[in-house]
Amino acid sequence: MTSATQPTANTDERVKEISSFRNALIRPELGGIVGTVAVFTFFLLFAFDSGMFNSQGIMNWSQISAQFMIIAVGACLLMIAGEFDLSVGSMIGFAGMLIAIFSVTLGWPVWMAIIVTFVIAVSIGALNGFIVVRTGLPSFIVTLAFLFILRGFAIYLPQTIERKTIIGGVSDAAEGDWLAAVFGGKIFTGFFQWMGDNGIIAVFERGTRKGQPVVEGLPMLIVWAIGLVIVGHIILTKTKFGNWIYAAGGDAEAARNSGVPVNKVKILMFMFTAFCATVFAVCQVMEFGSAGADRGLLKEFEAIIAVVIGGALLTGGYGSVIGAALGALIFGVVQQGLFFAGVESSLFRVFLGVILLGAVILNTYIRRIITGER
Amino acid sequence: MNPEHAPIIQMKNIEKHFGRVIALAGVSVDIFPGECHCLLGDNGAGKSTFIKTMSGVHKPTKGEILFEGQQMHFADPRDAISAGIATVHQHLAMIPLMSVSRNFFMGNEPVKKIGPMKFFDHDYANKVTMEEMRKMGINLRGPDQAVGTLSGGERQTVAIARAVHFGAKVLILDEPTSALGVRQTANVLATIDKVRKQGVAVVFITHNVRHALAVGDRFTVLNRGQTLGTSQRGQITPDELQDMMAGGQELVALEDSLGGTV
Repeated sequence: MTSATQPTANTDERVKEISSFRNALIRPELGGIVGTVAVFTFFLLFAFDSGMFNSQGIMNWSQISAQFMIIAVGACLLMIAGEFDLSVGSMIGFAGMLIAIFSVTLGWPVWMAIIVTFVIAVSIGALNGFIVVRTGLPSFIVTLAFLFILRGFAIYLPQTIERKTIIGGVSDAAEGDWLAAVFGGKIFTGFFQWMGDNGIIAVFERGTRKGQPVVEGLPMLIVWAIGLVIVGHIILTKTKFGNWIYAAGGDAEAARNSGVPVNKVKILMFMFTAFCATVFAVCQVMEFGSAGADRGLLKEFEAIIAVVIGGALLTGGYGSVIGAALGALIFGVVQQGLFFAGVESSLFRVFLGVILLGAVILNTYIRRIITGER
Repeated sequence: MNPEHAPIIQMKNIEKHFGRVIALAGVSVDIFPGECHCLLGDNGAGKSTFIKTMSGVHKPTKGEILFEGQQMHFADPRDAISAGIATVHQHLAMIPLMSVSRNFFMGNEPVKKIGPMKFFDHDYANKVTMEEMRKMGINLRGPDQAVGTLSGGERQTVAIARAVHFGAKVLILDEPTSALGVRQTANVLATIDKVRKQGVAVVFITHNVRHALAVGDRFTVLNRGQTLGTSQRGQITPDELQDMMAGGQELVALEDSLGGTV
């Protein structure tokens, strides 16, 4: 017991000094940071002149990335809490459809349609979570069931009510609505106008909008994405509840023994994931002015891939919201970048598969370093 | 026996039935503060049921539990924890992927207020964790070191230090040494000794007589749901303890052919 009888020594000869490189490696964001730098370097070199980095181009991939970010934040916190939600994509389609039905078919004010949709969606998230913690079934199966249930309703409802699978006319209904503007509006329009006037960003050369900047302002979609990332990051790393999220996913039984309300944490995370999916849906419906039954297809997997690229472990208990946001950024930049670079877009899927595999292998390796397993 | 020394927990004639199975058939044990009470017994002797009754997981079918002289009815483990009875489980205590400091304060996170918001006070948590670990003789690389990098013995020590830091008066250790090597076991036994000297009552469950004799003040042997009495340190030899655990029969016959004690 020599080590126990010399408490004054500051270092233990049994603990090997860890190199700063390895120390950096065990940060969950590392993969995301390296990936982001690599992706930007690549496209700056090969697609700089393609218009990808002018104001329109930047806005284009920023919006796509922001979409991924919104659902990745929810998926990330849920995955760290040890669960999955495969119903995210269907939830996007379902929630969007609800808003359209409420506001167009039923003629409710849009703000009311949005609020009621949020309540319904978050309740379904709670139901998902409740079933998972009560039955002890894998969330994979439970949410897979909801993937089909919600998608089914997203097709059935408009079919029966309107005899079509796309409901339009939301833009007209949303005109002047205060809550619709929170999701579909643009901010800093004055600043963008100023940048246009001073030649920093492109303006329309002719037509009725001559002199106006091509990019009018910062879409609320991006504001939501940044806001959710910041809030998610602070909750996870800086609060008591964040510690519970890690604990619930790291080892639910040990967490329970220490008095962490694991079931409550998990159900809340399912609700938060549903909330994020609904934010995505509302922004999309407000942007397009319509809701489609097939919206959000495969989004659940894209969210999970972004989270995994961001360094989270599929088994839970480890990960980072910032990492997931970078994963989403990589996603958006590559998807749009390949288009700008004129590469066949089907190659995007090849890229996805490759990067997913690489990320998972890297994460497993990092996990071994942290836990000291061999 | 020291007269000013009142027992902190008295378990009187505890019986526990699971359906038709009688897991405990009238067990009485007194636990004293500042002492290490070893609970010995072979597999299936009822050790786990007994400590689960003490920590509020099970309700006794018959018998009473006195805590600090008061009759106690624990509705669930949380009641027992808030009364000061903490259990450290063999495996389910620490989360390997989380840092020592996050583990240490898991479920008891310190918060500091910034405006209307409450935040996890990492500075305080890190400082306390480093201090407590130094007291227990574990030198961390830093408070953010993951628990996964600690040895099994060190993890037990962190769990014990955590329970004591959060005000445990009675510490129930469920086979803390059964999966450990010699050196790690020695570390855990040293930790038990430190905790005992702080006045905490330790209930140490083991089926290893040598581990028990190394730190125990009192020894109670359970066999088939009954106690075979409690002995104090110095009143009992290792062989007698070993015999009692095995029910005094088969082991004697085995010993000649095996050579030495188990």
